[in-house]
Amino acid sequence: MNEKILIYGGLFVFCAVVTFPFWYNLGNASVAPEILLSAAAKEAQTCVADKSYMKNQHMQILNIWREDVVRQGTRSFQGMNGKMYTMSLSSGKDSCMGCHTNRSQFCDRCHTYASVNPYCWDCHITPKEIN
Amino acid sequence: MENTRRNFLKIAGISALGFGVGSLVSATTQVEHEVAPTQQPAEHNTEKLPEPKPVENVKSESSTQSAVKTAGRWGMAIYTSKLTEPIRKKIISACHVTHNVPHMENKRHEIKWIWEEPYTHAFPENEHEYIDEKTHTQPFLTLCNHCNNPPCVRACPTKATFQRADGIVLMDFHRCIGCRFCMAACPYGSRSFNFRDPRPFISQLNMDFPTRMKGVVEKCNFCAERLEMGKMPACVEVSEGTIVFGDLHDPNSEIRHILKESYTIQRKQNLGTMPSVYYIV
Repeated sequence: MNEKILIYGGLFVFCAVVTFPFWYNLGNASVAPEILLSAAAKEAQTCVADKSYMKNQHMQILNIWREDVVRQGTRSFQGMNGKMYTMSLSSGKDSCMGCHTNRSQFCDRCHTYASVNPYCWDCHITPKEIN
Repeated sequence: MENTRRNFLKIAGISALGFGVGSLVSATTQVEHEVAPTQQPAEHNTEKLPEPKPVENVKSESSTQSAVKTAGRWGMAIYTSKLTEPIRKKIISACHVTHNVPHMENKRHEIKWIWEEPYTHAFPENEHEYIDEKTHTQPFLTLCNHCNNPPCVRACPTKATFQRADGIVLMDFHRCIGCRFCMAACPYGSRSFNFRDPRPFISQLNMDFPTRMKGVVEKCNFCAERLEMGKMPACVEVSEGTIVFGDLHDPNSEIRHILKESYTIQRKQNLGTMPSVYYIV
C-alpha cells in the first residue's frame, strides 16, 4: 500500500513539474500584434505573393532571393501577380523595404511577438534610419 | 498470446492495408493542393515555393546603359603612371562611398577595398636596390585581384567566398562565419575583418548597398551589383580613363588591346593565383 502512495505521489509531482510552464503562464498570453501597412504598401495592394503565403513563407522567399542574387546574379523576380520585382530586401523602390517602409510597425512587431531575432538589419539598411 | 503463423499473417495484412490507405490519403491531398493552392488554408501551404522566374530581358530594356553585362572573365588594367593623387583619392572615395566601407582611425581595424600601396609592398619580388626613383616612390592602387585561381575560395570552409562564372571572386556576407582563413590565404592582403560594428564609422550611408556587421570579412567585389545593372565599376567610372575594365576572354575588348600593346605587371604572379588585375607601369 505504501508503494501505491509513493508511485501516485511521484507521478503527481512529475506531472506538475513537467507542465509547470503551461499552467504558470495560463491566462498570460499576450495579444497578437497588429501589423500596420505603410502608405506605399497599401497603395500597391499586392505583394510578390499572396498574403497568407507571405505571412508564413517570407523567410523562405528571402532565402531563395539571397541565393539567386548573390550566387546567380539574377535580380528580377516575377511575382504571383505577374509583376516584375527587384529581388532585394533593402535596395531601391521596389525592394521589400522600399514598399514596407515602416520596419518597426511591420517587421518588428511580429518578430518581437514570435521572439525571433533575424539579423537582416545588422547589414541591410532600413529606410527609417535616414530620418 | 503465442505467435503463430496465422497471427503474423493477420498483423502483416492489416499493416499493409494501413500503409496503403496512408499513402492514398497523402496522394489525394497533394492533388487537391496542386489544383487549388490559393484555397488551401495557410498552414497547408508550406511545401511549395514559387519558383523565382528571372527574366533577363526586362533589365536590359529598362536600363539606359548599353555597357556589357556579362563576360567570360572580368579583368582590370591600371595605368599607374597616369594616376595622379587627386584621381587616386577620388577613386578610393567613390569605391568606399558606394559600398559603405567604414573609415577606421585605428589602423588595426582598417577596412580596405581599394587602397594605396608603395611598390615595395605591392610588388615585393620585383624590388631591387637600384630601382628607379619614380617607380619606387609612386603609390600603386591595390585591390582584390579576383584571381583566376583564388586561394581564398579554397580556404573558405563555408563557401561564403566563391568564384562566379565571370571570374569575379565574390562573398556571400550572410554566410561568412568570420574564421579569417581567407585572410590568411590571400597573398595580397585584400581582405579586411570587421573587428567592430562598422556602421558608426560610415560617414555617408549609401542606402542601396548593405553595410557589413561585426565578425565578417569583406573585400572588393568588382562592383558585381553595378555590372548587373550594365554600369562600370565605381572606380572605373571616376578614374578619368586611368583604369580600364573589360572582358579578358574577348580578344576584341579594349582591355585585351591594351594588354597586347603595353608591358604589364601583376602582383605576386609567381604564386600562381593568376590575378585579373594588371598594372601598366
